[in-house]
Amino acid sequence: MAITLSASDAPSPPLSARLTPPQVWGIALLVPYLLVFLAFVVYPVGYGLWLARHPSSYVALYNDPIFARAAVNTLIFLVIGINIKMLIALFLSGFFAQQRPWIRWLSVIFILPWAVPSIPTILSVRFMLNPEWGVVNQLIFKFTGDDGPNWLNDPAVALAMAIGVHIWKSLPFWTLILLTGRLAIPHDLYEASDVDGANWWQKFRYITWPSMQTLYITCTLLSMIWTLGDFNSVYLLTGGGPADLTHVLSTLGIRYLRLDQLSLAMASIVCAMPFVLPLVYYMMKRLSR
Amino acid sequence: MKLPTLREVGTEAKLLLIGIPVFIWTMIPIYHMFVFAISPKEDAFTGKLWPTHPTLHNFSIVFHQQHYFLRDFWIQFWNSAVIALAVGALTLFVATAAAFSISRLRVPGGRAVMNLALFTYFIPAAFLAVPMYRTMGTYGLLNNHWSLILAMVTIAAPYAIWVLKQASDKLPVELDEAATMDGATTLQLFRLVYVPLMMPSLVAVGTYAILLAWNEYLYAFLLLSKDTDITLPVALGNFLAADDSPWELLMTTGFIYALPPAAVYYAFKRYMVGGLTAGAVKS
Repeated sequence: MAITLSASDAPSPPLSARLTPPQVWGIALLVPYLLVFLAFVVYPVGYGLWLARHPSSYVALYNDPIFARAAVNTLIFLVIGINIKMLIALFLSGFFAQQRPWIRWLSVIFILPWAVPSIPTILSVRFMLNPEWGVVNQLIFKFTGDDGPNWLNDPAVALAMAIGVHIWKSLPFWTLILLTGRLAIPHDLYEASDVDGANWWQKFRYITWPSMQTLYITCTLLSMIWTLGDFNSVYLLTGGGPADLTHVLSTLGIRYLRLDQLSLAMASIVCAMPFVLPLVYYMMKRLSR
Repeated sequence: MKLPTLREVGTEAKLLLIGIPVFIWTMIPIYHMFVFAISPKEDAFTGKLWPTHPTLHNFSIVFHQQHYFLRDFWIQFWNSAVIALAVGALTLFVATAAAFSISRLRVPGGRAVMNLALFTYFIPAAFLAVPMYRTMGTYGLLNNHWSLILAMVTIAAPYAIWVLKQASDKLPVELDEAATMDGATTLQLFRLVYVPLMMPSLVAVGTYAILLAWNEYLYAFLLLSKDTDITLPVALGNFLAADDSPWELLMTTGFIYALPPAAVYYAFKRYMVGGLTAGAVKS
């Protein structure tokens, strides 16, 4: 103890002499990322926060009915949409865990929505739902003789469709992750429970769920953070319409940006931070271990 | 041959009852796009499940750029490809260097950098897009491919660093020690020991970055605007601007655009699944 204290009291040699060559290399190799981080994360975020410093931006935001609507839509998207998605993913992970050749083939096809870019497939759905020419209403007309509804013109239906598109796109990814978790459960647990005569619910309740709940909750939170940034599902399907009633926070920020109201755009993002930062903090704690 | 029991048939039926809707749900938007792509113009809007006269004519129109909306198709395809490859290469460079430094050289402050990167990973990309757009304007990079390349590297690098760090933490320390004993310099250690051993993860990360950049819509649409500068997804989005946009051509172009990433994904699936889900499952 005494030695280290006296050592630190002595005038320290110049920095370069204290570093070993590997450490010099280590710092040099970190520089590219640090430059990217400073130029394209620190500076933009700092500048954005500086733009959003005026309380008047928040007053303007508060008085904009589109913002309130977008906040509610975002909550619906996250709380209802993501939970439905994760429950289906949990269910399907059990389905894909079955050892059958045809199920293995189906899992290869099932991953397609994740493997293909979202733009063409979302536009494909948009055309299907077109009131006059879309295949959905064509089929409704063929079978019932009635005109189908104008799907994307009703804000509730349009938002539900956007959630559906989001689920279509990201369900395979989460199913795959949960499947990996499920396959990691030792098989003899299930064999033992078979001997004891457990039914499928008891097996799920007492074997599957306890081993998967941490993973499931982590996945749900992660999916919520990412879905906040899901611009494509809403923008390309509804464009925020009809009458700007289906915006979510991510499309609203871009809308303000396009209207050259940058301080409003940043203020709307800052408003989401009390919700985002705890989730980010929790995820960082989990992943940096 | 043993006949299946009633119970086995029942289980199989229940599985099919799940499998068939899953198949239909997955295929509908993709199949719809495909049918449009092979339908002649007058057939496309009749709501048929299979066109009466399937044709490849739409593909020929796209490849020969014979439509107002498609006059820059090849240059936009080229833009998409160049940008995706540049993002893949730059991300690999930045992330491998950082992961080697943090995990193998244990540079002081490495953990803090890792946390900063993770923080970036969790900022929703659409939120970062707003200030990023203005910053690119300040740097004078708007309407320049570098703006999109650098923005995508910023988004791809954090996850890449994290995956590579996880993978390199698993390599035994003795390797580095043995190499250093034999007189290897740090660079030789990196080039001759680290990179060869990390190859599977490097393939996974490179593929991840390339696919991310090829598929990106929001940043491409904000940062690039000239018809000869934009990437394919932005061009697809621009189709929507017109009321009389030719759907069958849009769907054909979309189909062509979706093929390369799907092919890459399936070709590298082995690496993607192993390398990229490992972290998420760790609990």
